[in-house]
Amino acid sequence: MEDLLDIGGKLIANRLFIGTGKFSSYALMRSALESARAQIVTVALRRVDAGSKTENILDYIPKQCVIMLNTSGARNADEAVRIARLARAISPASNWVKIEVIRDNKYLLPDNLETLKATEILSQEGFAVFPYMSPDLSMAKRMMDAGAACVMPLGSPIGSNRGIKTRELVEIMAREVKIPVIVDAGLGSPSEACECMELGCAAVLVNTAIAIAGDPVNMAKAFSDAVGAGRRAYLAGLASDSKQANPSSPLTGFLR
Amino acid sequence: MIIKINGRDEIIAEKLKLSALVESKELSSEKIVIEHNFAIIPKEKWQGITLQVNDQVEIIGFMGGG
Repeated sequence: MEDLLDIGGKLIANRLFIGTGKFSSYALMRSALESARAQIVTVALRRVDAGSKTENILDYIPKQCVIMLNTSGARNADEAVRIARLARAISPASNWVKIEVIRDNKYLLPDNLETLKATEILSQEGFAVFPYMSPDLSMAKRMMDAGAACVMPLGSPIGSNRGIKTRELVEIMAREVKIPVIVDAGLGSPSEACECMELGCAAVLVNTAIAIAGDPVNMAKAFSDAVGAGRRAYLAGLASDSKQANPSSPLTGFLR
Repeated sequence: MIIKINGRDEIIAEKLKLSALVESKELSSEKIVIEHNFAIIPKEKWQGITLQVNDQVEIIGFMGGG
């Protein structure tokens, strides 16, 4: 049976979500999304300046992708709600929103309380809400009660490529929270994405590590493969570890 | 008269419609959303809004982001 992620009213086969920032061109971004066979991509909102004939990112996102708006730039719940409503006005079909409420410009760490408030409001308005949060089990449960489609704990600060520094807390969340746990932010290499999946996370979201890699198209595929491998390992059930050796070849006695 | 567009003061003609403003800026209406004095205005209503002095207009579209 195919292993699908049931989230936000969709069944998703590819558990690598990809952010669309920082690519050197939209054409390169599209190639990376295609190479990874991405199904979920994030985008942001910006002011469109007069006379700007810049390309439209929506033209470069493969048709099968679900577009998830992020509320980056929001400093409180009200701003996140405002951004989400604006996005839905442009693209009524996409009601997936990643809540990102940040007041800390040095580490870009999220404000969990404001994120919770925005999650409550937007869930009631029919959005599929993906809250980006600092890993915290109690807060994750509150997010779930508020109607969140999943929780998105950070691995390490946004764009830092430092990996899953929050491993213990994320593992606890993956075990205890009844909605999908998706690691977002800070994953720098495919092995780190794989590690998240082995821990039981439902998916990961990667942007910087792909977008600024030497070859983003190949890196996107590498992440996708790693996520698939980690998921398969989780489903297979990792073997237990031990401080002592356990022979894997028979120690027959004929040499003694 | 002066209104604020995307946070900047701009001089526009008197009695300019919101729809005419969008046209003058050569923006594709499919890919943007407009907030007029903090209210989202659906495309079909742009024609019915006459801009007033000190109005605030935000013209918003999608961009890359993680």
